[in-house]
Amino acid sequence: MTPRILYCHCAYARVLAPEVKQAVLAGLADAGVEFEAVPDLCEMSARRDERLQALAAEGPVKIAACFPRAVKWLFHSAGAPLPEEAEVLNMREQSAEAVLHNIVGVKV
Amino acid sequence: MSAVLQVVMQPGASAQALSALLEKGYSVRVTQDAPRTAVSDPTEVAPSPSKWKPWFPVIDYQRCTNCMQCLSFCLFDVYGVSKEGKIQVQNQTNCKTDCPACSRVCPEVAILFPKYRHNPINGSEVQADDLRREAMKVDISALLGGDIYSMLRDRSAKAKSRFSKERDEDRALKERLNCLNKLQQAMDIPGEVLAALPSVDEIRRKAEVAKAKAEEAKRQFPS
Ligand code: SF4
Ligand code: SF4
Repeated sequence: MTPRILYCHCAYARVLAPEVKQAVLAGLADAGVEFEAVPDLCEMSARRDERLQALAAEGPVKIAACFPRAVKWLFHSAGAPLPEEAEVLNMREQSAEAVLHNIVGVKV
Repeated sequence: MSAVLQVVMQPGASAQALSALLEKGYSVRVTQDAPRTAVSDPTEVAPSPSKWKPWFPVIDYQRCTNCMQCLSFCLFDVYGVSKEGKIQVQNQTNCKTDCPACSRVCPEVAILFPKYRHNPINGSEVQADDLRREAMKVDISALLGGDIYSMLRDRSAKAKSRFSKERDEDRALKERLNCLNKLQQAMDIPGEVLAALPSVDEIRRKAEVAKAKAEEAKRQFPS
């Protein structure tokens, strides 16, 4: 099963370097793949957004966001624990190249 | 907080267009199933982005021991207890933006603020050194009798008043203020949060209510 792709834009704080998140978003758009992009996973978690429950229930997923421990417990706090196979790519510490290489297997 | 509206698009959409939608608070699904016809600019019917910076504590239950210190510490009803007696973050929007103080009273480094600057509160993996450092901060707050907020507020009022200059010679007072200054820095409580705190009496009242809640939870659900 091909993992779904989720991209977090962290729109309401300057947590992610703008050049990293823009390059990851551009890489996903250019790769022509299907993916879901959300403004801010933290905000969705606080609202217990139903979309998080659906995403967590749909099997393997690759998430481009921030620290895996933070993303894991944000989903948990929204009542949407991530499945074991979920993989979180950390745009706070990894380069856009590394994130895209993992998600779509391309070099930018 | 309103729900995020979703825009559905065909692959090949430009990153600029995607970014503009995300900045405006839309979620975007890029899928082959999207209609091929151009849709009118969805932002015309859209909500404006959230005014609230999503800043709130998130609990790492792999580390949490359910000690309820966070519940007794928080004056703003952010924490609560589940039906099963487990600590929970229940009122995220009550949390004071950019204030990570409750993470500093957690002896297990189990409280995260994903948008915080520093490790490990931002969700990076907890190292042995982090545990030692955080434990030290808990010790300082215990030394100050747990009444941290009212002392800090008191301190900021005194620092602002002429009274503090007149009593500049008062070494004991100076030392106490010094110590509280360090504590404020160690806990990284923003000045605006201190300035916005209620009166010392009100703080004491709220602290008692919070503490009573934590004690009640511990009594009902002994670990
Ligand atoms: S999950 Fe991480 S990257 Fe996404 S909004 Fe929260 S802090 Fe930002
Ligand atoms: S202070 Fe930390 S360990 Fe104690 S209940 Fe709160 S989160 Fe859990």
